[in-house]
Amino acid sequence: MSIYYTKDHEWVSVEGDTATVGVTDFAQGQLGDVVFVEVPEAGRTLSQGGEAAVVESVKAASDVYAPVGGTVTEGNQAVVDEPSLVNTDPEGEGWFFKLTLSDTHELNGLMNADQYKAYCADL
Amino acid sequence: MSESEKTLPLDGWHRARGGRMVPFAGYQMPVQYEGIIAEHLWTRTSAGLFDVSHMGQLLIAGPDAQKGLETLLPADLASLQEGRLRYSLLLNIEGGIVDDLMVTRRGSHFYVVVNGATKYGDIEYLEDKLPRNIVVDHVKEQALLALQGPRAVDALSRLVPGVEALGFMSGGAFEIGGARAWISRSGYTGEDGFEISIPARDATAVADLLADQPEVRPIGLGARDSLRLEAGLPLYGHDLDHGTTPIEAGLAFAISKQRRAGGGFAGWHRIVQELADGPIRKRVGLAIEGRQPVREGAMVVDGEGNEVGKVTSGGFSPSLEAPIAMAYVPLASAAPGTKVSLLARGKIFSGTVAAMPFVPHRYQRKGAAL
Repeated sequence: MSIYYTKDHEWVSVEGDTATVGVTDFAQGQLGDVVFVEVPEAGRTLSQGGEAAVVESVKAASDVYAPVGGTVTEGNQAVVDEPSLVNTDPEGEGWFFKLTLSDTHELNGLMNADQYKAYCADL
Repeated sequence: MSESEKTLPLDGWHRARGGRMVPFAGYQMPVQYEGIIAEHLWTRTSAGLFDVSHMGQLLIAGPDAQKGLETLLPADLASLQEGRLRYSLLLNIEGGIVDDLMVTRRGSHFYVVVNGATKYGDIEYLEDKLPRNIVVDHVKEQALLALQGPRAVDALSRLVPGVEALGFMSGGAFEIGGARAWISRSGYTGEDGFEISIPARDATAVADLLADQPEVRPIGLGARDSLRLEAGLPLYGHDLDHGTTPIEAGLAFAISKQRRAGGGFAGWHRIVQELADGPIRKRVGLAIEGRQPVREGAMVVDGEGNEVGKVTSGGFSPSLEAPIAMAYVPLASAAPGTKVSLLARGKIFSGTVAAMPFVPHRYQRKGAAL
């Protein structure tokens, strides 16, 4: 299993051609208390960088973009029912959706954990 | 930090206590400490300490100060007793709201607290419109704190014996931790509470003293906004502006009976007409269906999707655990229970006009006046 990160503060965990996507701990810290999450339905096709989900905190609304393209296999109903999971466990139970990758080459442009850490430190 | 953002007396204090600083009204201010929902609920159940030193504190003095102010404010200042506060509105000639404010009669002068983002414009407007023998003094060397919540009185009366005798919308001179303070029983959360004006040099010591009380935690701007929204209190620059009249804004209570008949203040003709005929649009509260907040800028739309109004404040209510908003809607749609459609983020939302406040006020009106 490999974990990749985007400049928009999404993480994507890849096993074979299956990817799980969520927002990073840094992102949830910036958002503050999350009160609403909308995730894509199974079967929806996403392209890399396209709007995939919505996360809203008390303060603001943000779009979550697809870090990689593919076909959604599952949206996380638990995070829809309990949006605070994004705050308490953003890189675990607070995942947003799973998809089947359409092109593994799209992973090449993403950051690894060390690169992402350095990226956040510069913000 | 950009150069245009100034720092307030408690800047270092907020940072030391973990406040996340953001630009607001030309200053760096804390938006939150531990989190907006926790801070919001703490204020509703205990006591929250807010730094509102960005607000403008003005002293207006001169032999005709009362008369002069009454040409711009629709308040009956003649009946305002010593140490009493009144919520009022600075009006333009068209009856639009230049700012909303608190005015207190304090000895020979009026003590006026105006919004931070509008204070320089207010001063300019006052100096332009008032006769030259009325002096507008901007008190820059005073900090302003607010202590809000049902246990605020317990915490503050421990430090300032006698302060509990103040009734809602009255104030007096006190001492806190050796500092001279003007304290009023007032605020912007819908809760019982106090606003405390102290010299800037004493701000850190007084903030420490207050925050050390077991009932008290520091609260940021984020919760200040969600608290006032639940309390149905408008925010200038969002729910009120130059193009909005007090009647449209549902603030007719701020036009005293005496002044309605007598007039003599800016915008009187339009305001009297709107009082008689009703305004075209009105500020209302909205309960939003579902969990997704509808925010400022969203459109109120009719059945054909035409814009008929707009949302001026909106967010998630931590107390109700549901999205709420304020909007301007046509008068025909302003009655509580009316269903409205809203367009936000490319989606249609359903809302119902709700009576405000969304969360009942708990002001302490029974304190004995000093």
